[in-house]
Formats: sequence, C-alpha cells, structure tokens
Amino acid sequence: MTGLLAAESVSWTAGGRLVIDGVSLAVADGETLGLLGPNGAGKSSLLRLLAGLRRADGGAVLLDGRPLADIRRRVVAQRIAVVEQQVSTDLDLTVEQIVQLGRIPHRGIWSGDTEADNRAVDRALEQTETTAMRDRDWRTLSGGEQQRVQIARALAQEPRELLLDEPTNHLDIRHQFELLALIRALPVTAVVTLHDLTLAALFCDGLVVLDKGRVVAAGTPAEVLTTELISSVYGVAARVISDGAGDGRPSIQLLPP
Amino acid sequence: MLGGAVLALSVAAAMILGPADLGIGDVYAVVAQHLWGRPADIAPIDDGIVWELRLPRALLAAICGAGLGICGAILQSLMRNPLADPFMLGISSGASTGAVLVVVAGVGGALTLSGGAFVGAVIAFVLVLALAAVSGGGQDRVLLAGVAGTQLFSAATALVVFSSADAQQTRGVLFWLLGSLAGAGWSQVALCGFVCAACLAICWLQSDALDAFAFGRDAAAALGVSVRRVRIILLMTTALLTAVLVSAAGAIGFVGLVLPHAARMLVGPSHRRLLPVTAITGAVFLVWVDAAARTVFAPQELPVGVVTALVGVPIFMWLLARRRRIR
Repeated sequence: MTGLLAAESVSWTAGGRLVIDGVSLAVADGETLGLLGPNGAGKSSLLRLLAGLRRADGGAVLLDGRPLADIRRRVVAQRIAVVEQQVSTDLDLTVEQIVQLGRIPHRGIWSGDTEADNRAVDRALEQTETTAMRDRDWRTLSGGEQQRVQIARALAQEPRELLLDEPTNHLDIRHQFELLALIRALPVTAVVTLHDLTLAALFCDGLVVLDKGRVVAAGTPAEVLTTELISSVYGVAARVISDGAGDGRPSIQLLPP
Repeated sequence: MLGGAVLALSVAAAMILGPADLGIGDVYAVVAQHLWGRPADIAPIDDGIVWELRLPRALLAAICGAGLGICGAILQSLMRNPLADPFMLGISSGASTGAVLVVVAGVGGALTLSGGAFVGAVIAFVLVLALAAVSGGGQDRVLLAGVAGTQLFSAATALVVFSSADAQQTRGVLFWLLGSLAGAGWSQVALCGFVCAACLAICWLQSDALDAFAFGRDAAAALGVSVRRVRIILLMTTALLTAVLVSAAGAIGFVGLVLPHAARMLVGPSHRRLLPVTAITGAVFLVWVDAAARTVFAPQELPVGVVTALVGVPIFMWLLARRRRIR
C-alpha cells in the first residue's frame, strides 16, 4: 500500500558522509510509525528529510505522490508539522504565544488572528492539557511540559502528518507513557523516532529500523522486534516475549551480557 | 498612536532646546509659516535656526533612531542572538574606512564623505557575507565573519589616519566616527526618511516569518518560512538601511543593540507590534539624546555616539544581569 507520505530510495550526504543510504518507506494514513536504530543510524536525518527540512541528494520524498521538493514550503507546513528534539529560545514567550506560532502557515500578513486561528490554538492547548499554563513563560516549564507545548504548537498547525524527533527524551517513565499515548490518540499520521524498544512495541502500529543509514527491518512490532534483529543492530542480547504486552504486541526483556 | 504623539512632542521639545533663546511660540510660528504659508513676524536668523538647523536635525535624529532600532531588532531575531546589532556585520567600520579614504587620502575623486562611507559600508557587508558563506554559512559564522571584518576595517581606518592625516582632519574624522547629526539638512532627511520608511515596510511584511525564527532555522522552515529567501531579503534590507544612516550621521552605537530589548519589554516579542514600537522608541530616544548632546556642554557639542554609549552601556549591563536571573 502506498502511503500519503513516502520516501523512495532517499539518500542524503552530509560532510562527505552518506548518512541516509537509499531508504524507502511508506507511512499509512492515521498510523503511528516508529523509527528505531542505534545512535548515528540516521533517524533524525531521515525525519528532517521527510519534513522537507533537508533536500535529498538522491531519490525523493513524496507527499500524496508529489515530490516534496516541488511543493511550496508554506503549503508543506499546512500539512506536516515537526517537533524537534531539543529546542531553545532567548525570548520571553508565553505558552500561548508559542502555540500561536503554529498558525503562521495558515495566515497572511494582513489578516490578524481570526476565529479559526483562536479555535485551533484553544483546541491544541486542550488536546495536550496545557490550557492551564497558557500564560506562563515557556522557559520556566519542566522538560515534559515544554515538550507538550511544542506538540501543542505542532497541532495548532492542524497537520495531517506529525513528525516527532525523540519526544520522550529526558522524560520520566510516566511522562513517556502519557506523551506516546497522546500521540497515538491524536487524529494524525505520526512518525516518531524512539530509542526505547519496549515503548516502540507498546505504542507504534508500524516500525522501521535503521542501521548505518539503511532500512534493516520494517513491519509490525511483532514482525520487526526479534531476538536476532536486536542482537545484530544493537549488539545486545534480549528475549522477546511474543504477545507479552497483549494485543499481539511483543515485550522485550534485555539480558545481561 | 500614543507613541506618535510622544515622538511629535519630543521633536517639538528638541527644537526649543538650544543656545538661541526661542520659545514654543516662535518655533510654532516658523513651522506654521513654512507648512501653511501663515505669515509670521520672525527674525530671519531665528527662522533659519528653526527651519534649517533644528527641525531637520531633530527629524534626522528620529529617523536614525528608528532605523537603527529596526535593524537591531531584525538582526537579533534573525541571528537568534540578543547581542546582535547593525554594526556587527562590519558595516560601521567599513563605512569609516570609506569615509577616511575619501576625506583624508583623497581617494574616489568626486565622492563626498557620505558617499565614501556608503561605498565602504556596502563593500564591508558583501565581504563579511562572502566570508560567512565560505566558512559554512551558519549564524555563528556570520557573527564571527562580522568580528573579523570589523577588526580588518578598523585597522585599515587607523592606518589611513596615521599615515596621512593632519591633526585637524583626524579630529574631524574621529568626531564623525562617533556619530554626529550636526550636518543634518533637508536633503538627508528626505533620503534617510524614504529609505527608512521603505525598509520598515519590507521588514514589517516579514513579521510572521521573524516570529517563526524563535526556535531556530529548522523550526522556521517547518512553519513554512522560506528561510534562505527571508534571510537574504532581511540582511540586504538592514545592510542598506544601516549604510544609508551611517553615511548620513556616522556610527551611532548602542541604539540598535539596546532599543529592541526595551521595546520587547514593552510589547513582547511579536514582530507585528515589536517593529513599529522599536522604531518609535528608537526615534524618541535619539531625539532626546541628540538634544542633550548639543546642549549639555554648549557651545561645545558632544558626538551623539558618546551619549548613546554613556546611556546605553548601563542599560545594556542591566539587561545582561536580568538575563542571568531568568536562567
């Protein structure tokens, strides 16, 4: 099945090094796709390519079958929203002001904040349960709260595709769970880079595993997460308990070396 | 609206201040005579002081304050560096090199000091951007290239001054380098006013794009901003505006650095409001600073850049201290 967002033998070189090496994948409408792989495998780079923030040197990223490179940035931003791994700012921005940034792709310079903009902002704050902190300075929030606000900003873009780069980084287990449950429940197609195999198995519909810039496995969590794959990609011994998490999802038990 | 009223009052006040004893009534009579042709019983010398000296000077101060403030606000947002200002791209030192080459070394034939300053500013800017592009093009690269360019052109200026200037010329050049609105005339007001208004309009139209840079270039691109195009448009605009202002009034420091921060505290970081407010606060600030520069030690006049630094540095240090508390 051809996804709405897809990569066709995409390659990308940075600093003379081939970071992404002929990656093809398709994201089905409404699914939550996890991108896995060890450090330096190219997860973040692939995510930026899918968002159109970097231009592929070979192959193409397609949105509805059209090369992303041929679509105007503003039009892309009305469809695809990105939550980067760690962002910072020097400005005194309130939570509400940050979420309002998400409306930029939808409005022209002469039109101020319209009803539609305000509604989208309110809804995004509600969905991420950040309404209560809308007037607070973003920099005074905890890491998890900051991350939720960035997701609210992305949702205010009213995207159909939401790309998130390690959104669970630096969060405790409960917040990791809440965040991934939120992403899963959202009415969007989500692509998420993750480190934690257990979380990936629990929350993703599909998984793509990268190693050295190539796809080494793709499919459902049950198909992808095998003892052999974990051993060959991460160099770690693990026991995979099929249906260990229920609902056909495996659970992973790491073994001492 | 309120800002506009404060600005008008400031210009009016600046026109009353000065060694010649003129009251608000005299000033009003002169302006009314010129604007609406209302006949007035004013001595020609007083008329000249108000209409040919004080009014264009106050207006040029307002324009320079507004323009430098806008340039600072744009560069701080674009570079995501709260310490960026219009002179970090090597523009002012390039302008001084151009100016001393014309005035002291007699290069360039028919070029005036202003013309030389403009050419120098543009050359320095192009050189800095080329250097930044060669070294990778990141925003820190632009800053580093700016530092390198500034040092290079400052050295070149010093070289020219020491090798061929006499004491009189050196004093004149130094005075100009520190910023002076003493030479203000109507032609400069018209040119600078037009360029400043046009640049403010161009920048204001990019307000949303500038807001989008709050979390960096990738974040801006993800919000639909054509990062390359916007950066080129805004860098060219600020460079042109700075070059024009520097060639008219010399290198007036600290306005572009400090005023955008003050404006941000007043109205927050959204550029739709920040840019106009920065322009007006910058204009009011420089009108008063210039009025102080020419009256405090009258009849001796201070370079306006000295006063902006004297006022600006304490404000700047307070801003730095405040930033640390937030962290």
